[in-house]
Parts: sequence; C-alpha cells; structure tokens
Amino acid sequence: MSKKLRKTGLIFFPAFDWAISPTHPEREERLLYTQDQVFEEGLLDFENIIEYKPGLATVEDIDRIHICVPQAMSVITESHLISAGGAITAAEKVMSKEVDNAFALVRPPGHHAMKVVHGARGFCNVNIEAIMVEYIRKHYGPKRIAIVDTDCHHGDGTQEIYWHDPNTLCISIHQDGRTLYPGSGFTDEFGGPNALGMTINVPLPPRTSDEGFLYVLENVIMPILADFKPDIVINSAGQDNHYTDPITNMRFSAQGYARLNERLSPDIAVLEGGYSIEKALPYVNVGIILAMAGLDYSAVREPDYNAGALQQSEQITRYIERTSSEVMMLWKKRGDMKKSVVGNEKYIKRKKHIYYDTDGISEQQEETVRVCDECGGLVMIDSFADTGKRIFAIVIPGQSCPVCREEGEAFFDRFQKGKYRYIYFQDRDRDIFITK
Amino acid sequence: MILGIDVGGTHTDAVLIDHFKIRKKAKVPTDAHNLLNSLLQVTSTILAAEDPAGLQRVVLSTTLSTNAIVQNKIKKVGMIIASGPGLPPSLLPVPQNTFFVAGYVNHRGIIAADINGEEIHDAGARLNREGIDHLAVVGNFSTRNPEQELKMAEMLSGRFRHASLGHRMSGHLNFRRRIATTYLNSAIWDLYQRFVRDVLQFVHRQGINVPIYILKADGGTFEVAKSADYPAQTILSGPAASIMGVLSMAKCNEDAIALDIGGTTTDIAIFADGVPLLENLGVTIEGHKTLIRGLRTRSIGLGGDSVVRCENGKIIIGPQREGPAAALGGPYPTPTDAMIVLNLTTIGEREKAEAALEPIARLLGMSIAETAQLIFDQACGKIAAAVGSFIEEINNQPVYTIHEMLEGRKISPKALYVVGGPAAAMAGPLGGCLACTPFIPEHSEVANAVGAALARTTAELTILADTERRLLTIGEEGIQIPIPSRFTSEEAIAVGRERLREKAMAMGAKEEDIEIEVIENQEFNMVRDMYTAGKNIRVKVQVKPGLISGFTRGKTL
Repeated sequence: MSKKLRKTGLIFFPAFDWAISPTHPEREERLLYTQDQVFEEGLLDFENIIEYKPGLATVEDIDRIHICVPQAMSVITESHLISAGGAITAAEKVMSKEVDNAFALVRPPGHHAMKVVHGARGFCNVNIEAIMVEYIRKHYGPKRIAIVDTDCHHGDGTQEIYWHDPNTLCISIHQDGRTLYPGSGFTDEFGGPNALGMTINVPLPPRTSDEGFLYVLENVIMPILADFKPDIVINSAGQDNHYTDPITNMRFSAQGYARLNERLSPDIAVLEGGYSIEKALPYVNVGIILAMAGLDYSAVREPDYNAGALQQSEQITRYIERTSSEVMMLWKKRGDMKKSVVGNEKYIKRKKHIYYDTDGISEQQEETVRVCDECGGLVMIDSFADTGKRIFAIVIPGQSCPVCREEGEAFFDRFQKGKYRYIYFQDRDRDIFITK
Repeated sequence: MILGIDVGGTHTDAVLIDHFKIRKKAKVPTDAHNLLNSLLQVTSTILAAEDPAGLQRVVLSTTLSTNAIVQNKIKKVGMIIASGPGLPPSLLPVPQNTFFVAGYVNHRGIIAADINGEEIHDAGARLNREGIDHLAVVGNFSTRNPEQELKMAEMLSGRFRHASLGHRMSGHLNFRRRIATTYLNSAIWDLYQRFVRDVLQFVHRQGINVPIYILKADGGTFEVAKSADYPAQTILSGPAASIMGVLSMAKCNEDAIALDIGGTTTDIAIFADGVPLLENLGVTIEGHKTLIRGLRTRSIGLGGDSVVRCENGKIIIGPQREGPAAALGGPYPTPTDAMIVLNLTTIGEREKAEAALEPIARLLGMSIAETAQLIFDQACGKIAAAVGSFIEEINNQPVYTIHEMLEGRKISPKALYVVGGPAAAMAGPLGGCLACTPFIPEHSEVANAVGAALARTTAELTILADTERRLLTIGEEGIQIPIPSRFTSEEAIAVGRERLREKAMAMGAKEEDIEIEVIENQEFNMVRDMYTAGKNIRVKVQVKPGLISGFTRGKTL
C-alpha cells in the first residue's frame, strides 16, 4: 500500500501521576498500555513522526474561553494545564507548518466542559479543544474551524461553548443520548439563532459498527465539511466507541478508527474519552497515528478482533441511513431557518440545568443572546450553582460587530453586583477578561 | 598496572597505567587487515621491559564490529519474526531471508496467539536449504515474555551454528530496533567469535594471565569470554572510549560538554553531573536504529580538515574532507589552514596555507588574515550552534508525569572539554560562544586508550512485576519467576538489585564498582470492573557508566 507520507506531530502526555480517584476510569493506568504499544511498534523512530513535549497552558488561555468560578486555578490542577497545553502545542506545530498534522494524546480530557465551569463533569474540567481553538485565533487570526467529535459521548461541552459561533462548526457523532451520558446530542440541537447549522449531531444506535460510522463520515460529515470550507479540521478523538469499551455499547474497531482518520484527515486530533485501556486504546492509537502519518495501518488489529461478530444489523444500517438523510435535510435548510426561530425577538433566552456528575454540583443557568446578523451576538449568562455561588457573565464574541460590542461594554459598566458573587467580562477580540 | 588498548581506524593506541598514573604510552598504525597484528605490535612495544605479572587487567576497545558493519563484511542471517498485529512487514527493517510466523505476546506478556511448530520447522528447513547458518528470532513484546522466542529457538536447535534471540538484546520496548539489533548481533557473531578466540590465544602466548575486558558502546566494559554472545554491544565503542577518556581527565562533577574535534567530524557528548548521557533507546549505525545501549553523541561534518569554499559571497565549511590541510600538502583550504594563518598553531607550512586562502580572500574582497579569521569564527560558531541544539534537544525530551514536567531538570553546562588536533586553537573561542570554561585535558592524544583502561563494568536490568498474574519478568535475562499477589515495588527493586549484582559480577565487575541506581520505578494500580485487580510494577536498575573505583577523576594521570 503506498500512501502520501505526512509529517505528524505527536504530543504524548499520559500523566502517569494523576487520577480523579484511584479506581476511576480516568486514572494513571489509562494510557500505560498505549505507551507500551506505541513504544514497542517503534512509531517514534519514523522520520515523519515527531514527538513534542507539551507546553503549559496559562490561565489567560483558559480565561479566553471559559468563565471559571470563582477563577481558573480553583477548578483545575496542573494536569489540566498540561493537557490543554499539549493541545496548544499540537496546534502550534501545525499552524507554524513544522508538521502537516498533529495528535495530542493527552489526558485529562475536556469535551464535556462548558463555558461556565463550577466543577468537573464527565471527567472534564476545562475544554482543551476550545482552549486550543481560541489560542489559534488569538495567535493566527480569525479562522473557520470545524470540530468533529468522534467520542462515544455527545460532545455537549464543545457544543455549548460554540452554540452561537458562526465560525465554528461542531459535528458530534455519538451513541444515542437516550442510552448514554450525557443524554443530549439529538439532531434538533442545531446551533443558536445566530449560528444555525453550526452544531450538527448524529446520534447512533447502540451496536453501530465500523460500517455505520464510516457511512456517516461519507454521507454527512464529509459533505458538510465541503460546504463549510473550514481552515482547520479538528478531531475530538474519543476512543470509547470501541467494541471492548466498558462504559459504552458500540462496535467500532481499531481499523475503523484508522480509516476514519485517514478519510477525515484532521489537521489536529485531540484524545478525549476511551476507557478500554488494554483491549482498545493501544491498537486504536497506533492505528490513528499511522493513518495520520500516511503509513500503512492495514495490519493493525486487536488480537481478539472478529469482524463477523461485530457486524451491525440490517435494522441499524437502515436507521443510520434515515438519521443521516434527516441531518442533511436540516443542513440544506439552515439558511432559511432564522426567521422562524427568531421571529421578531431582539434577544433570545435559554434556560439550562447543568449537572456536574464528577463533582456532584448542580447549576441553573439562563443565557441571553442578542439576535445579530453581523456576528455571533453578545451573550449574557446568569448562573447559580448549588455551591451557593451565583455569577453573571458578559461575553463579547470573536469578530464582534460594533453594536454587540457597545451594548456589552455599556452593560458591564452599568452592572451592579447585587446578588451576584462575581461579574465577569470576556472580550474575545481584544483578549480581555475582567472579574468584578 | 592496567593496560588499555584502543584499536582505532587509523591508529592503535595503548597506555599502561600504574597506580593511576600513566607509565607509558604507545601508538602504532592500525593494520586494517589484521587487527591482531596491531594488537601484538602495540602490546610488545608497551610491555617491553615490563613484567606481565604486574598487570591487573587489560581492556580493549576495538572497531572490529563497527568496521564489519560499515564495510558490510557480515554473515547472511535468517530471521524468524512473530510480529503479531501492528506494523506490516513492509515497515519493519528486515533483511532478505525473513520468515514471518504466527505467534503474539501482548503488552502484558500474555500470549495472545500461539506459534505454529510446523511453520517454524518449515522456515528453518528453507533457511538451511539457502545455506544460511546464522539465525535471529524475534517476537513482538518478547521482552515482556520470552517464552515464544525460546520455544522457537528450541524447535530449531541443531539446525544453525548460532541463534540470536531478540529478548536478550535489551529490556527496552521497540520491536523494530529489536529486529535490527538481533540481526546485527547474529550477522557479526561469527567474526567476533574468531576475534575472542584470537585475543585469548594471544594474551595466553604473551604470558598475560589477568582478566581481559572489552569496551561496550555505553562506555562500560565486560569480560571477553562473556562478550562472545553479545558482539553487538561492542559496536561504536570507539566514540565511547574517547568520552570515557575525557571523563577521566575532567575535574568536575557538574554538567559539561565534551568535544572531540577530528579531521572530518566533531563529536559532541554531554555530561550531566559528571556522568555521560546515554542514548534513550540505543545507538544508530549505518542506518540501523538499534537497542544497543550507548553513549549519547552527536556528530557534525566539520573538522580541522573540512574543505572550505566560497559560494555567493558566503563561506561554506565541510562536510567533505578531501585530504589534510593545504599547509600539510592537501588539495583544498581548511579550517586548519586558517588557524595556521592566525598563528593559532605551528604545524605545516604557512605559505601554503596563505596561498590556499588567497582565492577566497579575493572573492570576499578581504585580506588573507581577515578571511582566516572569518573561517575560524564560522567554524567555531557552527560547532557551538550544534552543541546548543543538542543540549536543547536533550532538555526538551518528552516526559510523562506531571512531576517531571514541573520539576524537570535542565542541563546547563559550565565546563567544556576539548580533545583532538585543533583543540588548543579552538577551545578558548568555543568556551566563549558556549559560556563555558574551556579545558584541554592532558594526554588527550591517547584519550581513547585511557578511557578504555579506566572504564568500569556497566549493566542494566528491566523488571516487570504483574501482581495480577503473580509473575515477575526480567526480559533481557529470559527470567520469569512467580511472585505473591502482595508483591511491592520495594521488593521489585530488591530483586532488581540482587539480579543486577549477579549479572555485573558475571560480566567481570569488581564488587566495589557495582554502584547500582534505580532509573525507573513506576507502580500502577490495575483496575478491572471498578476493582483493583493488581499492580503493574516497572523497575529499571543500572550500573551507570563511570570510572573504576579508586580513581579520582581529574587527578593528573
């Protein structure tokens, strides 16, 4: 098999001294066997695979996208600065053209972390992809970015962060939310009023196999990406769709993951979940690295792989075909939907109840966005957690229009603290973060 | 007395060290066709009028293995490889006459696919028909469980003169390097056997009856009889000898740079707290990336005899060497000629050096002296830049724990040791460029022989203890022993220390030289279905490269 070789950066940070708790899936052992496999296969000896040490993300990098309550360092540990830093290093190597693509094989993960952070949910504290995306925009200018989340769990954090951003396309394929945490990610979650169609969800039935994933890739993801024309494609590369994963019910294989990455050809891949640490991760990661580097991955397979036993049913195939065409119908109509969604409203509110399962915190949130045709729209958030902390945040979007900016600035100036513990002002364009 | 001999590419050097003082030095040209001859010559020169009974040991550093590989004077090797699922054969560094067979050991050392006896016998028979009598057997993850490699070798026993087994080469993971290393070991085994036999005969005839050691690529020694099965370990022992020589002459216990500026190349080595750094996995020779433990060096194509030319108003130095400096009758101007013009050295004929630089000076519109200065500065600058990027690379080595990430120790050398022809001229300016105090060690012309003479025996051991499987594996020793389920990392370290001591003693180490350090100690809870099923303990112990006990480094030899 001859393929085009690509220079691939690998940022490997297994955090061998960090765990949520000793027996938690997100523990020291998680990437141990992946490291063994990557080392044993000698992948780092290939001239087109280059390993880089992760940098450390800074509080400024986090404050660019998150509202951490009360502040960044109180909701994270050094491990998060390193995993976000690893994602940033991957981006830097790609953006500076030192490599053609890069894979941040780091932990802890981040795709369940939303804009406001009161604690950890779904094993995530801060969203390492979002931190990376905003780092790219800060240092390399405004970019159209597509995030394709292939973790088995709905990438609800990433979706929430970019819900109103017309320049960030979030596509998530995952096990149907009716059967798995976090319970969201249905086709009708389609983006905010100023960014309709910029959120795409393709829920898949349990026991979907390689065939189903690759069908969605060919028939939904690739056509939508072709329309969106992103500058950068990011794969939020969870590995828990694997047929051996202990906390999910899918039937994806190492070969499937490798083919997906070859076809999707992401500029940057960032590890998310994946907890079959012995039977899946070593092989899936070797497959992804080889595929990204343009090396022959055809011999990569799990020792117990049995294609026949992993076949998806005819019924599942039909179901996925229907879901896919439903998503494509919506996508094609995205330009005509605003009127019916917005009506004559100037502001749109949405209420959210967010549960931080890892830390056991409950948050009530009301988010208001200014309806705007020029930018993502001014966002205001009123958030009240059962820790007793109530905060208010004003977010001026990236590439903001003058009206949203002026309104947001004026609002922040006038705002009285009152019942709120903290008032936050986040200005993406000017990279300003103020706490009052 | 200790006799140290370095059989180099051009010269064979010997030193006789008595009570840690150099008693005698000798140098003869190396007879590439008959290394033993060179050995005989240099030994008879240095031992003339000496009583061989006063010798305590003899240490040899030889280019035999290196040359055999570089000149491709090696045996055909048949390889049997159990690669399991992973890289396809096309991405593995295998020679002709390779058979891929069934069999697979996974990362924990659990057999995931069986070997097939018929297939192995068939491969053996076909290799025999090709007239191949040297074998290499390598399995994926065989250091985690050598059983399949051992079984395969057993099935084929009697069919081949020699079989090198992958797990014996190193405890490190890296299948591709394991293949390359096992292949090389088998390919030079025959040649090396003959060498060992000849050396033993030779010393016997000389009336020498003391232990004979061979220098390895990691700057350590092993007893000659014990070296016979591991010839690959002797590859690239030449640069190691030079670095150990510099180490013996260095006074410091801090971070330092060692430079060996030769005619064609400059070799760079780094000391951390006075200990030479090792390659992470192993040395590279002729494109073969191996698991041969070796000192970490960087070689750049710039030496005293590098060709200097001028292109588009820019001076270019090296990487070619077309002979000696113009001042010594060579065809092209060289950095050495520049040093002669600048009065930094007194060798050669100054007029010839000037004449050689004159065309370049004309192109640049400068005086000959200015041109010489420019060439000299540029040569120093290029070496300093290479040293800088080498150190940066070492300091940016990936780490895998938060602790190492935040507490990571950075190398920052304060001393510079320079050996080689241009050492005297270049040490000062290089020290300036690198912000280091420059030193030019004494006796540096026999640094290699001194390094060999004073090097101690080194060894390494890798332990994997899996308490769920109640099994402790020392891959490179082919050992698997049962352990209790409550086995701890302290116990693993204790086993490691004990076994390493035995291993080092068997290699000829003196008790007082076995200074063991733990270089890796990791313990992971293995959790299955939310319960702790056991521990996965990983320990690496070593006797690091260093000088024999009793010798105070930097003391005048």
